Amino acid sequence: MSVRSSIAVLAVLALVGLLVYGLVSKGGSRVAVGDPAPTTALPRLEGSGDGSLAEYRGSWVLVNFWASWCEPCKQEAPALEAFQRQHGGARFTVLGVDTRDLSGDGREFVREYGLSYPQLRDGDGGAAHDYGTTGVPENFLVDPAGKVRWLLPGPVDEQYLEEQVEPFLPQEKS
Amino acid sequence: MSGAVSRAVGLLLAVVAMGALLAAPSVAAHRASLTEIEKQVMCPVCGTLLQLAESPQAQREKVFIERLIAEGKTEAQIKDALVAEYGTEVLALPQASGFSLSAYVVPIVAFLVAAVALGFGVLRWRRASGSGRGQPPAAGPKGDDAERLDADLARYDL
Repeated sequence: MSVRSSIAVLAVLALVGLLVYGLVSKGGSRVAVGDPAPTTALPRLEGSGDGSLAEYRGSWVLVNFWASWCEPCKQEAPALEAFQRQHGGARFTVLGVDTRDLSGDGREFVREYGLSYPQLRDGDGGAAHDYGTTGVPENFLVDPAGKVRWLLPGPVDEQYLEEQVEPFLPQEKS
Repeated sequence: MSGAVSRAVGLLLAVVAMGALLAAPSVAAHRASLTEIEKQVMCPVCGTLLQLAESPQAQREKVFIERLIAEGKTEAQIKDALVAEYGTEVLALPQASGFSLSAYVVPIVAFLVAAVALGFGVLRWRRASGSGRGQPPAAGPKGDDAERLDADLARYDL
């Protein structure tokens, strides 16, 4: 093969490589049960500084992606808060991630629904992309070792939490 | 003397007033508008221009922009505020800095490289076609081929 042909082939391969990279980097794949949960540091929705799922290593964490403009998120918020009040403590917490939302609207949502569990802010949707979410709300139960043990792409209610999440949690209330 | 001073003050005031009058339309022209901004930013959830989006998230974004316009913020300040909320992907056009600059530079470089390559190609083609000029035509067939050609031609009434 001549030098010119080699250069042409390399140029075509580079172009194809760029296209493939573009396609792959656009769509993230959803984390699966058994996968390590992404632990990207995110700003706290209220207050200052960053927070991360990594802070809760050793505890069960229900990571809840939500947004204030999302109607199903409004429906599930009271159930999540009730579940947090019942089970929250050193061994379990709900961790809210307000994604692709205005921070003021997110804070207003937290106040309106009286959410007491910790909240992080994912303004550009980077964390939602890392988890491979396709919308809001989505819920991921992460075990004390940091692995996803259960997930639901959609809203939860009290009955669902009792039947699907509670069996994973330690029996004694902390 | 005092007359001269008052004339000078009057002239100065007139110049200032004229400057203010001239500046007023340009300030008004640069006043931010939702119509203009929604052409330049994205609805991050929909993945379309905000101008085309009607989702609940897009409605919140439009309300946010209108509030900042009401507060007297400029277009640049509003876009900065949107970037602070949603990240740089909210901008419909990439920023002309950092890695995003490549979005502007790469097409220009590619165009220049293509133009140079095309120029070289045309030059080579012209040289190749020019070198063929003035040469004597190729000699005709000889021997058996010549006889066969003559026989073939004789069959046609040309």
